[in-house]
Amino acid sequence: MSWKSLQCELAETGYIATDELAMALHLSVKLQRPLLLEGAAGVGKTEVAKMLAQLKATRLIRLQCYEGLDASTAIYEWNYQRQLLSVRATADKDLSAEQVEEQIFSDRFLLKRPLLEAITQTQAPVLLIDEIDRADEEFEAYLLEVLSDFQVSIPELGTIEAVTRPHVILTSNGSRDLSDALRRRCFYTFVEYPNATTELAILSKRLPGIDARLAEQIVGFVQALRKEELDKNPGVAEMLDWAAAVAGLGVANLSDNPHELQATLVCLLKTQSDMAAIPTEITQRLVGKVVA
Amino acid sequence: MKATRFPATASGVSERFSGFMAHLRSNGLAVGVSESASVLNALSLIDINDRDDVRLACKAVCVNHADDYQQFDQLFKAYWFNRGRERQALRETNTATKKTSQSTFQPGVDSTQQLSASGDSDEADDNPDGDNDSAHSGDGKLVASTSTNLEKIDLRELMTPESLQRAEQLAAKLAAAMRDRRSRRRRAAKRGALLDLRRVMRASVSHGGEPLELFKRHKPDRPVNIVALLDVSGSMTVYARVFLSFLKGLVSNDRRTDAYLFHTSLVRVSDTLRDHDTLRAVNRLSLMAQGFGGGTKIGSNLQRFNQQYAAHTVNGRSVVIIFSDGYDTDPPEILASALQRLKKRGCRILWLNPLKGWKDYEPVARGMAAALPWLDLFAAANTLDSLAALEPHLERL
Repeated sequence: MSWKSLQCELAETGYIATDELAMALHLSVKLQRPLLLEGAAGVGKTEVAKMLAQLKATRLIRLQCYEGLDASTAIYEWNYQRQLLSVRATADKDLSAEQVEEQIFSDRFLLKRPLLEAITQTQAPVLLIDEIDRADEEFEAYLLEVLSDFQVSIPELGTIEAVTRPHVILTSNGSRDLSDALRRRCFYTFVEYPNATTELAILSKRLPGIDARLAEQIVGFVQALRKEELDKNPGVAEMLDWAAAVAGLGVANLSDNPHELQATLVCLLKTQSDMAAIPTEITQRLVGKVVA
Repeated sequence: MKATRFPATASGVSERFSGFMAHLRSNGLAVGVSESASVLNALSLIDINDRDDVRLACKAVCVNHADDYQQFDQLFKAYWFNRGRERQALRETNTATKKTSQSTFQPGVDSTQQLSASGDSDEADDNPDGDNDSAHSGDGKLVASTSTNLEKIDLRELMTPESLQRAEQLAAKLAAAMRDRRSRRRRAAKRGALLDLRRVMRASVSHGGEPLELFKRHKPDRPVNIVALLDVSGSMTVYARVFLSFLKGLVSNDRRTDAYLFHTSLVRVSDTLRDHDTLRAVNRLSLMAQGFGGGTKIGSNLQRFNQQYAAHTVNGRSVVIIFSDGYDTDPPEILASALQRLKKRGCRILWLNPLKGWKDYEPVARGMAAALPWLDLFAAANTLDSLAALEPHLERL
């Protein structure tokens, strides 16, 4: 399968990928290396993983990173309560210390967290490590180890080797600079906001019923809005929300009802200062450009 | 588009690609032996006769940074199609070096053709990488010397975005040095290094003595909060922009940090400084500061700070940093009493004075002399170097 056919298949499932992204994804799947996606929030980084899982008809295992994420939430943990109960239940059975130990430190008492789960699947899953830049550097170092060898060592059990290699996709918003070591383990693509043609294709893919002229206006407006100085640029998901809202209200032309249009902007503008920065006059100016 | 003609000796795909990797490396991309292997692996998976496919594959493998991502296509063209820029200086940090590096082009090729990105260039010499090193070695030195200079120049002369950014980074580093404190006591927590035995036992009673639920304890962070007061009076305007960037660095890295400007009156600027766009914030603030200018009332401003803000921003874990040259139009007694009152809150007070870095400076300004007894640290702040040198002092405070 070439990267072009991957791109086509992605498009069929509803994701329009750029050439760069499709090639990087193709190589990362073929060469079994992680893929690092960077880009602003809302450009569809997470969606790539979901679509890949759908395409490969496999599980998507997601690890959402946050500050203070540690190995026990990301890799594994012992089910302490169950171990304790088991020890109590077999207390009068006269087992030797080794037998008890063997019993409670077995697979049954291991709580698998996303990373361990991902490497023990019989069918290679898609492992999405979302917003890796929000995790601490400590965790990043731990992740490096897992991603380079695809094995996890558990002191009580020994080393668990990967049954299959998961397709790993990491995303980052650039809130912290990632270490070079991690970057070098991965293939890289910078995902940008889609251009007008791509965005139009996305919109008609996701909302097939939408009127072609309205769709063009919506995409034009959102593209123009991204050029304004905003705190949070509206992403693709916001655009789709807004399109759904506008179409749902039965608007046929963006310039029809300025008042109503302004009210629907809640779908696109997500901070108070952005709301203040785009008053009705500016909205109308932008609409004027795309409707003409 | 004409392809590069390679010397007969460089035969085979792998050799040409190792040349390409060397070309990327010399242009600042972090590629090593493992990337070379990956590229060759990747080539086996794609149609090697399609130049666009090859470019995309190399891009996915070799680039690992957003900055390089934009640059890659041109580098690719430069190597395989004898065109475009050859060797941009390694991630320039200074506009001065940027200028020099942009005017350096591949020798042997007409520079006008280099500039027009669309026109086909002549077949250049067979060895595009050959005698470049000598032509560009001077370039590298320039980078080094300007970057070291940057730290020694008096802050009055520092106005470039890069130096402002550097000041901001420095501030973030200093703030981290100050803030890194952990308590000696332990508190109940969901995750922690130690068991909270008392709670575990208490909870075990309801399970017939089995310690089913485990509670933990950890040492909580007791971060230092920083309060910065910046003098933007007439005598300090030359330093204002750099200090403002510094202030921004302090503020934007921590929600607790508080910043104020003062001249004849006091303004709280923490929220303005949290603007994403450094340059915009700094420009806006320096305009604001210039608008007032004129005399300084350090004493009465500190008094006002004591009355209005200190109660909820300054406590025993605070470090108050005052950036001022100490020239005060108020009587020095006011300053002394205001500092004394501030000191009673248990905070530590730092005074950074740009004049102190000057040769033979003595704190003779009456205000400065009156303030000295209440300061935990009185330090110079006229170069980025002197700011950086504060780090060990701040750790001890």
